[in-house]
Amino acid sequence: MKKIKSPEELEQFRSEIQAGRNPKTPCIAICAGTGCLALGSDKIIDAFKEEISKQGLDTDVATIRETGCPGFCEQGPIVVIYPEEICYLRVAEKDVPEIISKTVINKEVIERLAYKDPTSNKRIIKNFDIPFYKKQKRYIIGNNINIDPRSIEDYIATDGYSALSKVLFNMSQENVIEEVTKANLRGRGGGGFPTGLKWKATRKAKGKPKYLICNANEGDPGAFNDRAVLEGTPHSVLEGMVIGSYGIGCHEGYIYVQNEYPLAVENITIAIEKARELGLLGKDIMGSGFDFDVVIVRGGGAFVCGEETALISSIEGRSGEPRARYVFPAERGLYNKPTNINNVETWANIPLIINKGAEWYRSIGTENSKGTKIFALVGKINNTGLVEIPMGITLREIVYDIGGGIPKGRKFKAVQVGGPSGGCIPESHLDLPVDFDALSEVGLMIGGMIVMDDLTCMVDVALYFIKFLEEESCGKCTPCREGVHQMRLILERITEGNGKKEDLETIECMGKAIIDGSLCGLGGTAPNPVLTTLRYFRDEYEAHIKEKRCPAGVCKALTT
Amino acid sequence: MAEMVTLTIDGREINAPAGTTILEAATDANIYIPHLCSNEELAPYGACRLCMVEITQGERARLVASCIFEVADGLEVETNTERVLNVRKLVIELLLARNNKHPALRKIADELGVKETRFPVEQKGCILCGQCVRTCREVVGVSAIGFSGRGITRKVATPFMEFPPDCIACGSCVYVCPVQFIPMKEENGVRTIKGFDYPMQKCSKCGRYFAPKKQLEYFSKITNLPLEHFETCVGCR
Repeated sequence: MKKIKSPEELEQFRSEIQAGRNPKTPCIAICAGTGCLALGSDKIIDAFKEEISKQGLDTDVATIRETGCPGFCEQGPIVVIYPEEICYLRVAEKDVPEIISKTVINKEVIERLAYKDPTSNKRIIKNFDIPFYKKQKRYIIGNNINIDPRSIEDYIATDGYSALSKVLFNMSQENVIEEVTKANLRGRGGGGFPTGLKWKATRKAKGKPKYLICNANEGDPGAFNDRAVLEGTPHSVLEGMVIGSYGIGCHEGYIYVQNEYPLAVENITIAIEKARELGLLGKDIMGSGFDFDVVIVRGGGAFVCGEETALISSIEGRSGEPRARYVFPAERGLYNKPTNINNVETWANIPLIINKGAEWYRSIGTENSKGTKIFALVGKINNTGLVEIPMGITLREIVYDIGGGIPKGRKFKAVQVGGPSGGCIPESHLDLPVDFDALSEVGLMIGGMIVMDDLTCMVDVALYFIKFLEEESCGKCTPCREGVHQMRLILERITEGNGKKEDLETIECMGKAIIDGSLCGLGGTAPNPVLTTLRYFRDEYEAHIKEKRCPAGVCKALTT
Repeated sequence: MAEMVTLTIDGREINAPAGTTILEAATDANIYIPHLCSNEELAPYGACRLCMVEITQGERARLVASCIFEVADGLEVETNTERVLNVRKLVIELLLARNNKHPALRKIADELGVKETRFPVEQKGCILCGQCVRTCREVVGVSAIGFSGRGITRKVATPFMEFPPDCIACGSCVYVCPVQFIPMKEENGVRTIKGFDYPMQKCSKCGRYFAPKKQLEYFSKITNLPLEHFETCVGCR
């Protein structure tokens, strides 16, 4: 491939790609994200290929696109037929010949494969008419179904790398940081720290070289939003990183991703290679004279390595143990040099902000939380999947309007937001908006969402998270290592019917001390699942302890 | 001369060189802050969390480990607030659950008014302060031992739990351990540390067993002096 040497050459390349594509040519987009692959979409892809060659169809009659996750995982494997955008769900291998002959060739809709609205019982044909998608604002993952993540041409055809071009040739480094600061983008990893401030601090910090890191160590049970971004639109992450490196003034970047995400690793590796080939990464990017390159570091999958300082230790080749954070990585990070770390989704927001401008970006969301947020919506919910919503919509809208409510007509009981560092809230808090500050007030972080129905025991849920954290604690500091362990023993005792009346007070008191005393964010948030369930579902704990009864009928020792 | 900063600890105005930790500044001013993992010979580590103090910088009050946090002008430090004591009490109770016998731990517990731990005691002895591992790495320079496992399964261990090939039997780990968990004895020309045997060198002059052979080999290696030079004890040299 020829290297792109100027903005004009990028635009020319874009026009060439677009000219070579007829938007009216039928295209069969099949989700090849991890969720649909697990449901057998690889076999469906093969079946389509086989059927196309069996019928001897030319590429102007039908092409296949293997895409990232469009989001509606509950109904996978997902197939969308273009240009009509006919969406077929739960597609099986046996449906393939019929889809080709009826829909692709003869433009007939196969009703039985289309989404059936559970309230009206009507079939919904077009992809984005499905209620699951309607309240979403899919600026980051919306493109997933439109592009093959392994094709840089697909990304460029849909305006990819135009933000980079704009930055390198029309913006000063200060302008870039200013734009991101003005957009008020806040860290999507959960902390919500203003990205612009972080960049500015790293830019101002003394010391060279400076480093840039993409934190793709997504370890929360039930969360797969970062994975889906990295798998489905790796070039937006990469483009965001190059833009960031230009603003900050650094030339070396790392993507730290756990090895349990093989497809994400594969897709981002291909993306890096392709971007390098085209001169969009590496030396003299687009002929601008600016250099930046990226290395992938694969983690062993320790949850604690999502913590910035543990992640840095891990990249340095040490065991993933956090360090005291009294000096920020922006001052002394990787190899003790100024380092800027942002989460996958944060990076993916950057091209959007540059392309559409801070003013536009600020129009989405609430006063202090701008833009959209991607959630993995899981648990006892009808529409399990990946959702991207504008900040500010309520949890109720996510659970009922997008998520379609609770399956089998059961009652909503709680939603766990923010993974093991977050907490559980009851129905009475469902009208809270998705907003960093509003959620943190009730003990939640922004992160994955796990919905629970009335058959869920909240003590059991707290125990589940505490067990997870006990296993994932690195063991360096006493409150986290020993405190979480002791908390697990107490919770276990309660679920076994051996709770003591002073247990709840002990848990509350030690919870506070663990939060105050722990070395890093893992310990500093570890008691949250316990403290929030205790705050909102205290009667359930008391039933376990005083009446030796599990109201939800989950704890085995208390149900016989 | 290092630049001096002025801070207050428990209301007392204190001058300390920039770059020192709160714990060091407090110790120099005779203000006691309990600690177990801190050692002035080792790099700040901040693992035991006994030395937590409450600091106020501007509007914000928060808890920090005094063995790591560096002094700054205008910093206000409180060493005995309710929040601080709540953390310290929990930490000592948690450590007592690993070792409820050692006098050093009992003494700190007494100071904090903790009579017994609320938690079930599982005598493990070691409190994982990491002084042995860090001394071996930072002071001795051999890294013969390290940590294995994580979370509650974390342990000080030799590589693959086998005889540590890099250990020079210097006994520094034994010496720094605040709870005397690592046993060492010398008998019939053999030093035994935690069950591993290391032969001792007999002094070429007086015939006394005076140092582990591996330690002398290490000295010879790092000083580039012939091994024979070290085969005589200091008294006879």
